[in-house]
Amino acid sequence: MTTDRGGDVRLSGISKTYGMFTAVHPLDLTVPEGSFFALLGASGCGKTTTLRMIAGLEEPTTGSVLLGERDVTGLPPYKRPVNTVFQSYALFPHLDVFENVAFGLRRRGVKSVRGQVGDMLDLVELGDFARRKPHQLSGGQQQRVAVARALINHPQVLLLDEPLGALDLKLRRQMQLELKRIQTEVGITFVHVTHDQEEAMTMADQVAVMNGGRVEQLGAPTDLYETPRTTFVANFLGTSNLVPARFDGRSGDDLLLRAGDAPLTLPTARNGAAATTGPVLLGIRPEKVSLVPATDAASVPDGRNRLTGSVRATSFIGVSTQYVIDSPVCAGFEVYVQNVERDTRLVPGADVVLHWNPAHSFGLDATQDIDAGSASVEEDAAA
Amino acid sequence: MSWLRRNLVVIAGLITLAFLILPNLVVLVFSFNKPKGRFNYAWQEFSLDAWRDPCGVADLCGSLALSLQIAAWATLGATVLGVMVAFALVRYRFRARSTVSALIFLPMAMPEVVMAASLLTLFLNMGVQLGFWTILIAHIMFCLSFVVTAVKARVMSMDPRLEQAAQDLYAGPVQTFLRVTLPIAAPGIAAGALLAFALSFDDFIITNFNAGSTVTFPMYVWGSAQRGTPVQINVIGTAMFAVAILLVLAGMLIGNRRKKQAR
Amino acid sequence: MTTTLTKPPGAAPAAPPPPRPRKPRGRFTPYWLLLPGILWLLVFFALPMVYQASTSVQTGSLEDGFQVTWHFATYWEALAEYWPQFLRSVLYAGAATVLCLALGYPLAYLIAFRAGRWRGVVLILVIAPFFTSFLIRTLAWKTILSDGGPVVSVLNSLHVLDVTSWLGLTQGDRLLATPLAVICGLTYNFLPFMILPLYTSLERIDGRLHAAAGDLYANPFTTFRKVTFPLSMPGVVSGTLLTFIPASGDYVNADLLGSTDTRMIGNVIQTQFLRILDYPTAAALSFILMAAILFIVTFYIRKSGTEDLV
Repeated sequence: MTTDRGGDVRLSGISKTYGMFTAVHPLDLTVPEGSFFALLGASGCGKTTTLRMIAGLEEPTTGSVLLGERDVTGLPPYKRPVNTVFQSYALFPHLDVFENVAFGLRRRGVKSVRGQVGDMLDLVELGDFARRKPHQLSGGQQQRVAVARALINHPQVLLLDEPLGALDLKLRRQMQLELKRIQTEVGITFVHVTHDQEEAMTMADQVAVMNGGRVEQLGAPTDLYETPRTTFVANFLGTSNLVPARFDGRSGDDLLLRAGDAPLTLPTARNGAAATTGPVLLGIRPEKVSLVPATDAASVPDGRNRLTGSVRATSFIGVSTQYVIDSPVCAGFEVYVQNVERDTRLVPGADVVLHWNPAHSFGLDATQDIDAGSASVEEDAAA
Repeated sequence: MSWLRRNLVVIAGLITLAFLILPNLVVLVFSFNKPKGRFNYAWQEFSLDAWRDPCGVADLCGSLALSLQIAAWATLGATVLGVMVAFALVRYRFRARSTVSALIFLPMAMPEVVMAASLLTLFLNMGVQLGFWTILIAHIMFCLSFVVTAVKARVMSMDPRLEQAAQDLYAGPVQTFLRVTLPIAAPGIAAGALLAFALSFDDFIITNFNAGSTVTFPMYVWGSAQRGTPVQINVIGTAMFAVAILLVLAGMLIGNRRKKQAR
Repeated sequence: MTTTLTKPPGAAPAAPPPPRPRKPRGRFTPYWLLLPGILWLLVFFALPMVYQASTSVQTGSLEDGFQVTWHFATYWEALAEYWPQFLRSVLYAGAATVLCLALGYPLAYLIAFRAGRWRGVVLILVIAPFFTSFLIRTLAWKTILSDGGPVVSVLNSLHVLDVTSWLGLTQGDRLLATPLAVICGLTYNFLPFMILPLYTSLERIDGRLHAAAGDLYANPFTTFRKVTFPLSMPGVVSGTLLTFIPASGDYVNADLLGSTDTRMIGNVIQTQFLRILDYPTAAALSFILMAAILFIVTFYIRKSGTEDLV
């Protein structure tokens, strides 16, 4: 199904190399008009370079950028109907808020800017701050000036480069909702670059997960989360348990697997691996797994995937309890249990049975690095 | 006693400050002197004569005007050239970048007398007539490095994203430079220009070698140390000091008012 | 759904788009920007050095003109005749540098940490003397240090002059026309060049470090020795260089405040060049001074480990 609207952003075969280093491998991407689109990845994955190529601040080595039917690849940034909210905002320090917001209008020769600027400042709730200088504003206020300064030009696309990176957690949550509200209100296409997977999932309609200069997977946040296609996506978006297994036949719509001695089931439709023989990685999200003490093993219903193991560690975090289970087939298996009725028998050292609905499993190609994406998450958390 | 120990550094600092200011006070006091003989080194009696007629000595005000003129042109030349070099050094990666940096640094690490003497050998070898133009050339040469250093520091601390933001907001290269780059770099450029003006106006050693028979204000003072020092020299020295202080104070007042208005 | 084409990771692009290499914008811009300024320095700074080097190995006379005869003996002759002046330049400039550091450090420290709201005023007072021609101010020292003046009488009554006289820094009960007067003049002249870099590097020091050090050592002097002073090293290095280099080539102070016994190398170069018109000797002396300074500066910067001055 193709919905070919006039305002889509289309990147075709676009790439960027600096000397020997390839920042972005040739990539094709379509951002539908009016959508909130996120480019998600760890630092250095090429997401910002991609954004800057759309803005015209970076010249692609190959390929072209199209806005609707118009090829803008050769246009300098000041001739593109695209505006950017820069990382750390890049507000002009020598101009006040009003003049910052009016900058784009004035450069395009708009004579009466007062009304428009006033309306825009009202939209971002900064009407009373028009004559302040940027350094007299708080981080959140500066961020809104940056958004207003870009939006007032009614760009076909608004590009946001880590717009919330400099804000503290509470303010970031607030601004996420705020940005989403503004996007819905103005209906402009937003392309949002972020390394924060939660931010991407809360705000965007479509997320492209980038890694090493390539798009790993693209889709709606729920699709990416429920059905990751690569180990990177599985680990980078939330947490996944990846169990090394082998294909062991087929039964109707299900593929039969074996991890160690344990038989497991995977719906054919949820198999992301190309092959249906040989090794495979079976993935399952921690919150989909149930946990019972080994003595209650009989209570587990039939038809569920099950593994045995013993509790290595538990940590209580209020809404849930997180367990780390060592299973013979998978060390460090994580399980999140909602804090409804806590089973006091689940203490470190206890033998347990893990079980889950096979329909929640996903299969991944076993030739990939099983830890891809998880290290970068830790790195970002530490930074 | 413990008060003394705690404030020892303050006392030492104030002594140094007194050491720095003392000659200016002497210049001020002796501008009201009425010396016997040709030299104004010993106090005789109070007089306003020199203040009533600051240009009363032959050639004094002429040399002052010449120095101001040279300083103005040297400032303009060194600032324009220096800003261009500073931008090239900060904004671009190119071959020979370190060589260029070294060439900029060397004049500042060279005793003036060496630059003065070598420049004179060049002019003599080329058969260039010494005078206004050779002074101007020399002044632009040694002011250039200081302007580059001052502007470079400012441009380096400037976020390159500001210019990208301007481009993103429909400002072409010229508009970006005029509306964003220049206003933000302005304090650095102003500092460099002010330094160039002060250095050029007060330069003696390089001028002494390359002036021929042209007499700038420092050259006039030097000559008068041999021939006899008119009181008017002190008058002009004091007036320059006063004007400078007033300009700085005015600048500070305007700055403060701006800050208050902004609030 | 929207068609969104994504290359599967790892897979080679099925139909690679034809590479379209583009010329980066403004490749020659830096060279155009540099051209006038660098040309100026090459022609009026670097080229003169070459001419000076060539002049130093010429022989001849003013009447018959000078010829390059590779007469390197000029260097030995110049050194043999003028080594006292060279030595004096290094000693006087060195003494002035040490005095500048000793006098300038407390003031820079005062401005950086103790001046409070007076900081701006004190800074202005440091810079303000610049605005009166330095020659006029040097002449004022002639008055201050004059025979029978207040400074001389006080020092005399305290027998300070006896000590300095014994050290060979002064003569009898005179200050003017003595080495001490020249050193005093040099110190005064280049003091701001010491104070400003010191202040800049002191100002960057986080005040909380003092508190932390005080918390750990609880002794202001140790705090200074272990924390403040090491952190201000960049300022000390550039301050001493900015003082020593111009002081070593100066001839104004030696001329106005000194006597024929205090002539520095700058005086010799000036006289040879402008009065005696012995260009080869003057050029050779100037070249030796330049080489000595470059050697000292390089050595000093290496030694102090601050190579980011350039």
